[in-house]
Amino acid sequence: MVGAGIAVVTLRNIIHSAVAMMICFGSLAGMYALLGAPIVAAAQVLIYLGAISVLILFAIMLTQAGDANLPAPFHRQVPLAVVVALAIIGLIGWAVIQTDWGVAPQAVGAAVEAIALAIFTTYALPFEIISLLILVAIIGAIFLARRPEEDERAN
Amino acid sequence: MGLEGYLLVSAMLFGIGAFGFMARRNAILMLISIELMFNAVNLSLVAFNAYLPPDANAGAVFALMIMAVAAAEVTVGLALVIAIIRTRQTAEVDQYSDLKE
Repeated sequence: MVGAGIAVVTLRNIIHSAVAMMICFGSLAGMYALLGAPIVAAAQVLIYLGAISVLILFAIMLTQAGDANLPAPFHRQVPLAVVVALAIIGLIGWAVIQTDWGVAPQAVGAAVEAIALAIFTTYALPFEIISLLILVAIIGAIFLARRPEEDERAN
Repeated sequence: MGLEGYLLVSAMLFGIGAFGFMARRNAILMLISIELMFNAVNLSLVAFNAYLPPDANAGAVFALMIMAVAAAEVTVGLALVIAIIRTRQTAEVDQYSDLKE
């Protein structure tokens, strides 16, 4: 999965990057299943593999002119970016290893019923706020995707 | 693989996403890198949820909500990117330099 992630950011052809991203998301769904959270794995497959990947592939194919003369994929600040990314990984990894988590030795699954109960009782307000946010996002996307000439025709 | 393993994988994924966001020139690929970072955070939340049980299921609920927010974010982000590409005819972010002297 990490290899697929590296492929996402290093491949030259952006469509190959998107396919590597789908591989990465799929293996993440497998990890969620391993962690005993089948509902999160199912949501990962539905939302990321099903919706977001297709959306991104559509956007790429709408905007890519063709495979001829692909531009250089990177900025000039690649060395700096490598240093910062390695610093992030190192810091988080150091913190993870140094901390004594006092963990349960065995992964405890998250039952579907318990999650559903939590969403609609304890977290009902965030749930409603997210539905409002998605409505706003849909309206915003439609507004942004309108072509100017349609605007004039509407006027 | 215990909790540390999952957290280390999550840290690596986040670092890769951060690198992609800083280093790539394509606007759509920057959005993909943001998605990678979202997924890294999700993975760590679900791992904490599985291994640190005091409030069971909070992590999984947060992960589901982050997925919904990420879907909304990528929708608006792609609409913005496509609008910009339509007016500028390029997806390379370092050519969006109208504000530069």
